[in-house]
Amino acid sequence: MAGGVAAAPRAGRSPWRHPSFVIGGAIVGCIVVVALVSLVWTPWPATKMNIPHKLLGPSAEHWLGTDHFGRDVASMLMVGARNSLAVGFVAVGIGMLFGVTLGTLSAAKSGTWLDEAIMRSADFTFAFPAVLSAVMITALLGPGVVNAIIAIGIYNIPVFARLTRSGALQVWAKDFTLAARAAGKTTVQITLRHVIPNIGGLIIVQGTVQFATAILAEAGLSYLGLGTQPPNPSWGRMLFEAQTYMQRQPLLAVFPGLSIALAVLGCNLLGDGLRDIFDPRVARSRA
Amino acid sequence: MPAFVLRRVLGLLATLAATALIVFIVLEILPGDPAAVMMGVNATPETIAAVRLEYGLDQPAAVRFVHWIGGLLRGDLGNSYTYKVPISGLIAERAQVTLPLAVMAVLTASSIGIPLGVVAAARANTRWDAAVMALSQIGLAVPNFWFGILLVLTFAVTLGWFPSGGFPGWGAGLWPGVQALLLPALALALPQGAIIARLTRSAVLEALQEDYVRTARAKGLTWRQTLTRHVVRNAMPPVVTILGLQFSVLVAGAIIIENVFSLPGLGRLMFQSIAQHDIIVVKDLVVLFAGLVVTMNFIVDLAYGWIDPRLRKT
Repeated sequence: MAGGVAAAPRAGRSPWRHPSFVIGGAIVGCIVVVALVSLVWTPWPATKMNIPHKLLGPSAEHWLGTDHFGRDVASMLMVGARNSLAVGFVAVGIGMLFGVTLGTLSAAKSGTWLDEAIMRSADFTFAFPAVLSAVMITALLGPGVVNAIIAIGIYNIPVFARLTRSGALQVWAKDFTLAARAAGKTTVQITLRHVIPNIGGLIIVQGTVQFATAILAEAGLSYLGLGTQPPNPSWGRMLFEAQTYMQRQPLLAVFPGLSIALAVLGCNLLGDGLRDIFDPRVARSRA
Repeated sequence: MPAFVLRRVLGLLATLAATALIVFIVLEILPGDPAAVMMGVNATPETIAAVRLEYGLDQPAAVRFVHWIGGLLRGDLGNSYTYKVPISGLIAERAQVTLPLAVMAVLTASSIGIPLGVVAAARANTRWDAAVMALSQIGLAVPNFWFGILLVLTFAVTLGWFPSGGFPGWGAGLWPGVQALLLPALALALPQGAIIARLTRSAVLEALQEDYVRTARAKGLTWRQTLTRHVVRNAMPPVVTILGLQFSVLVAGAIIIENVFSLPGLGRLMFQSIAQHDIIVVKDLVVLFAGLVVTMNFIVDLAYGWIDPRLRKT
């Protein structure tokens, strides 16, 4: 993670010159397009069972074969992409919204009891990895995608809170915030006008990394049966079901895993690329 | 240093107490009647009342919390509703699988990640470096439970070298036990190894910029000697401490991996307890896992203070 405050991209510095950004962006872009297309079209209805055609290999009719219920794997993967992205967006959105708010508040009230309380709470939340939070929430409310989103979202809050606080503290130490304060601007005005725009890059970069983590967590929870519930297709759930039929149709265990890996790889590369664009010092130090 | 340690110990105790309180509130107070949750929707009011009485769930929440904390401190976690045995015994039995698995995973991840990271840094900006970085990107992206499934498919189903799942118990001998844990440990080690390789690379690159490297070379040490005797040694503390901070990832991974390989460990026990609505066991296990994460963070915190005296003032 970039240690300092994100610098604004230099004028004329083309993002297309960063291979990580281009490759990651292309992978993520493809998955987003596939997910959007699945809203209006899939090769077959994703949840339609066709037992006589179960466990078929890839063919012109079923591009990636069929599962143990005869459902079209390609169609399920397309709808699964939609679910993974939706969970990722909402969970990271929750983490970002609450985390950035708490982080900026903590930085603005640095050294006070409020700052201490927020940061100690963030430390405390780290004790509960997403899977552990999901286990508790599931034991309480039962399994389901909404509960998985809540668990992953809660896990994301301290990540953004800590990052935002450290970035915001550096902005608060700059001369221009001092000048704004001298000009009579309130803490809220300075936070909105100066602090958040200056740490925006940092938050976006972390957002892509957390998005990858959220996709992995959702897949893991769905694999355990704690996330997306049948008949809604999910990559993690598909992997769980494929395990039983691995000897008869090994490819069933390959495609969902490959989809998860590609999505995570794409997000991580995109994050690396964005980091290089927002903070060229990191790129130079990595070279 | 004593003041620093005392502050951190007080912080640890406060966090552990808060963890226990939150877990208790979420699992015993928020459901309303934990006995009803445990017995399911088809239970009769008489059965629910009997369970409430048997497990002391009829007492006020504050009394139950104090009783539970007292039990935790004495090592008496009560009895499992599903297994009808003391939970402490159940946890001790299952830990015989999870602890060796975690140790094997950390050892595997370190023995792969550290050499790869050193090679990448020593040959920075070469094809070796690019290959290691690409491998680490893949290691971070591949879900460990999918990697576990692929390992089973290759080494158990196709080649038949390893069992596809289950655990024979340490009573069956050391090798059958280790053999059953090898593939799961490898699966668990994948993301850890990738993280360690990346961290080691950046720590070694940073250490290479230090003055003592120039001094060592001027003294007549070869490049390899300088690297192994000075650079790697100095680069290791941050890697080891980050390894400690990654413990929560290992905990989360173990819960899933034990289910992939049907290992009778703590993670699988937790999963089974949820399926059987055994809230008492779930509560103890969540506190155990969260407590382990908090304690590991505390150890890392102390290690940082020991390595860098400036941090003791914070």
